[in-house]
Amino acid sequence: MRILIVEDDAVLGDGLSVGLRLSGFSPELVETCADARHAIAMEGFEAVVLDLMLPDGSGLELLRELRQSGSDMPVLMLTARDGLDDRVTGLDAGADDYLGKPFELPELSARLRALTRRAQGRAENLLHWNGLALDTARMSGRRGPEEIAFSRREYTVLAALMERPGSILSKATLEERLYGWQEDIESNTVEVHVHHLRAKLGSGFIQTVRGAGYRLAPEAAT
Amino acid sequence: MSSIRGRLLAILLLATGVIWLSAALWTQVSTRAQVIQVLDRRLEESARMVASLIREGGLSVDQAAQAARMERADADGFHLLHQLSCQIWGLDGTLISESAGAPEGRLSEAGNGFSENEVDGELWRVFTLADPELDFRVMVGDAQAMRDQLVRNVTLGQLAPTALMLPLLAALIWLTVGRGLRSLDRLGAALSNRPASDLGPLDEAPAPRELRPMIAALNGLLRRVDAARDRERSFTAFAAHELKTPLAGLQTQAEIARMAPDTATRTRALVQIEQGVKRTDRMVKQLLAMTAVEHPPGAASGAPQDGAALLQAVADDLAPLAGRLGVSLQVSAPPGLWSTAETTLLQTALRNLVENALQASPRGETVSAALSLEGAGAVFEIRDRGPGISDAERPHVTERFFRGAGATTSGSGLGLAIVATAAARMGGSLHLSPREGGGECARLILPR
Repeated sequence: MRILIVEDDAVLGDGLSVGLRLSGFSPELVETCADARHAIAMEGFEAVVLDLMLPDGSGLELLRELRQSGSDMPVLMLTARDGLDDRVTGLDAGADDYLGKPFELPELSARLRALTRRAQGRAENLLHWNGLALDTARMSGRRGPEEIAFSRREYTVLAALMERPGSILSKATLEERLYGWQEDIESNTVEVHVHHLRAKLGSGFIQTVRGAGYRLAPEAAT
Repeated sequence: MSSIRGRLLAILLLATGVIWLSAALWTQVSTRAQVIQVLDRRLEESARMVASLIREGGLSVDQAAQAARMERADADGFHLLHQLSCQIWGLDGTLISESAGAPEGRLSEAGNGFSENEVDGELWRVFTLADPELDFRVMVGDAQAMRDQLVRNVTLGQLAPTALMLPLLAALIWLTVGRGLRSLDRLGAALSNRPASDLGPLDEAPAPRELRPMIAALNGLLRRVDAARDRERSFTAFAAHELKTPLAGLQTQAEIARMAPDTATRTRALVQIEQGVKRTDRMVKQLLAMTAVEHPPGAASGAPQDGAALLQAVADDLAPLAGRLGVSLQVSAPPGLWSTAETTLLQTALRNLVENALQASPRGETVSAALSLEGAGAVFEIRDRGPGISDAERPHVTERFFRGAGATTSGSGLGLAIVATAAARMGGSLHLSPREGGGECARLILPR
């Protein structure tokens, strides 16, 4: 799940970035409103974690701009100002949720899952495909009575594919989901994780599209 | 005496008393003079009348002696006049006749005219009129005690009402002053019933005119306290909010350290925590510095110190930081050029400026700090070769908690706000401008 984090505090930004990645998200961190605008324009993020006070402007302004442009991307406001008035202003400006600093990572993760779940019209934290139910909160799968555990990176690759069943994700896209923009990427890791996933889910679950990337096999007729 | 009412009452009673006593004395003196004059003339007239009655006809000596009393009594109806006594003596020293109630002894031994004699143990004033032809001497007198009584009565008659007025006056003063002071009581009650949060103005309208300046002054004070408290409150709120972000960072990094799947991630989180703690610590220090420059402990304290020495001391303090950053720090300040008593404020301002310059500078560059005199001011000029301040951010850099887009991780957003506040406290100003050839030039200008 791709999350855009807009936070200018270095330690907190890093914490959010690493913490959300450990929780199975694919976060990208930007520190200014300007960078946030570019990031939002470029890529489809599934949610934004937005700090209220940024060095080059107010998060609220950015949020209003986003809503005026017609975007309905879920936005979670993250701010030190969590008084009633501040919350009301934030929500009225178009925020979908509000979290006061300091907060705990599990709560932030849960709220982000809830936001994206709601945006996608789902009632539970489960992605379904070909008999596999992927629990996005526990990062584990279930097929019939069988519980399937995934490593964090395996889960990230699988979740990326299951969020858009049928569409082809390039190796670069998947690498980005695994490591974000700024990090060094170990070569071959996507292949390694797909290999492990095929071993757990059956070789036909993920298909290789030559020259393009990977996609989920079409659902078997039942 | 600390009671206004008591003091007022005492002063008024004392003043009234003094006036009353003076009036009494004056009345007594003037009444006595008039009484002497009037009664003396009466004595003389009575004596002459008695003498003429005897001389010119008809009336016997006895009747004439009585007539002296009756005639005056009829004329005045004055009850004390019965004490007027008349004796008619023969020139040979025999008592021919006397009025009723006259003393036993001879009223006067003197010849014609007024005399004062003690007769039967009483002091009398007597007028004697001798008639050598008819061989008698008329003496008319009255008792000095009667005269005193008369004077006393007149004086008392005049002053008794005043004496009775005195308690009434006291009561009136007491009540009126009490009434006037009730506004003070009301004011006191209004103030003491107020919760500490209520700093609204007091109502001036119902207070007497004399109290209004005090209420106006109180309201002015309340306004100032309110404004100061608002500033304080917004500062505290701002500070608390600003501290929440590094706290959130610490919390998040701590959770990462706990749930880290590998040592590298955990170590990285711990390093981040250290940085977060450093940043939070610096922020707290800056908050304290901000509070210190906003509320200096009284006016300029201590003896003036040389500006150059103060700048050098700041540079020495920051030498380790410069060393760590790989930036050299060059101080050029001639000693004895300028001195100030505002040592704490100046050092806080200089420390922030130099620290900013050092942190903005790339490794290998030089930060210069100089003191010079220019016109009416002493100028501290701190120059660096950092990225400088962007035009968009320039107007905001001295705002509290403003952190530019290129802010360092350890910045609190307070440094330049502290410098600007300290400069204003010292009656000076801070000017930031781009430096020729790149970098920033900060000029702290203080009055000479």
